[in-house]
Amino acid sequence: MRHLKILEYALSSLLRRKYRNISLIAVYALTIAILASVLFLTYSLKLEASRLLIEAPEIVVQRISAGRHDLIPSGYAEHFRGIQGVAGAEPRYWGYYYDSLTRSNFTLMGIDDNLLPLAMVEGRMPSASGECAIGAGVGHARISAVGDMLPLIDSRGGVVLFNVVGIFRSESNILTNDLIVMGKKDLVRFFDLPAGRATDIAVTVRNPSEITTVAGKIRKSYPDTRPITKSEIIRTYDAVFNWRSGMMLTIFSSALLAFCILAWDKATGISAEEKHEIGILKAIGWDTADILELKFWEGIVISLTSFLLGLIAAFIHVFLLNATILSPVIKGWSVLFPDFRLTPYVDIYQIFVLAFLTVTPYVASTIIPSWKTAITDPENVMRS
Amino acid sequence: MIKYKLFLGFTLFEVAVLSLLLLYGQLTVTARSRNEIPAKRELVRHLKLTDLSLWTEARYTRNPSQTDVFTPFQDFPSSLEHFPAGSIIGPETLFFSASIKQPGRT
Repeated sequence: MRHLKILEYALSSLLRRKYRNISLIAVYALTIAILASVLFLTYSLKLEASRLLIEAPEIVVQRISAGRHDLIPSGYAEHFRGIQGVAGAEPRYWGYYYDSLTRSNFTLMGIDDNLLPLAMVEGRMPSASGECAIGAGVGHARISAVGDMLPLIDSRGGVVLFNVVGIFRSESNILTNDLIVMGKKDLVRFFDLPAGRATDIAVTVRNPSEITTVAGKIRKSYPDTRPITKSEIIRTYDAVFNWRSGMMLTIFSSALLAFCILAWDKATGISAEEKHEIGILKAIGWDTADILELKFWEGIVISLTSFLLGLIAAFIHVFLLNATILSPVIKGWSVLFPDFRLTPYVDIYQIFVLAFLTVTPYVASTIIPSWKTAITDPENVMRS
Repeated sequence: MIKYKLFLGFTLFEVAVLSLLLLYGQLTVTARSRNEIPAKRELVRHLKLTDLSLWTEARYTRNPSQTDVFTPFQDFPSSLEHFPAGSIIGPETLFFSASIKQPGRT
């Protein structure tokens, strides 16, 4: 009961300075909301990438010529199949296409004609020459749907008409937004690739623990190649959405800096009015412990309310409003950018870390200056 | 003695809203793991995809895992990064490591 009475007094004390405290809660909650939004967004993208790209080829082998990525002889695939532990090696045909009409970049990909139907495709995958399946972003940019013709300009400058037979569902936008998938032969003809050359080779390895060994063997046998393993692909996204990466670090450091200024302002001193109040409380019989408890409750009321409000705002912003405020920052100059449809993966550990980094310093910065005042003689405090 | 009741009530309300949101999140994750994720994985497996279609502004931002091994200032000394996405993608891990064992990824 005693604690509740002190809490009641703390609330009355906060309400006496209600405009100051409401604005403090607003700023504090905004800081938490920004930090939590970044954490939710990056964690969700990172987990989505690792859960999807687990199906990526075990090794992608590129050819390096004069320090740059070059087309690889598709005959290398036959040699790779002979390496012990390799289950298969398939050349991949793909490339980029700048669309001057929409000023956007598309990714063109050549596939085998006998590909099985895919659940994420409305319509069907291309099975004959002159057919293509497009990502929702391409369809939106070129105002194309299933059954329409898609004109593209090939490497010789001629217009090639593709019949759109399938469109990837918007749920798969994070993978397919800018894709135009067509038959391998169509793609080779479109880009005028030299005969017997592919963009790179996807190698399948039977035993996952042998991937690094196989990659090493490929590198040793073909010094002009650069094998990229699946773990490196996944690690790339881990690094992109890591807290240490550029944008995250910038947002984190500026928000934390703002918060530190707030906490520092509180910690470096309390107002004369507050000192006077502490002096009176001491004079009428309050213990130092009671005053510390009062200040503890004041800190908890402000920081807990702000923390919970900030978390709720961040969750709604990222997972219900699809990160509308943060996505333009991530979008950069991309003309085609998928609408975020983020899966609400939440790491409870991150929430605890955020709570520890924000609530604890605030409560500490409320208590410490009050403790200094509370241990001073009440008469001196009131006279000062 | 009414203020503390209001405060505790409001805090409980906030906790309840947050719990409901987290529950909604968990249900969505479960539903998508059952329906969407397998379909998307099938897409990655059949099309042999290696990257997310996030940044289409340049080839090294469209397929960050497939890009050349870059060095800072490669275009000319002190050249700035061309694309905003470049500022999101952090430097490679080896940049931070004390001893650089190998020049490339492999």
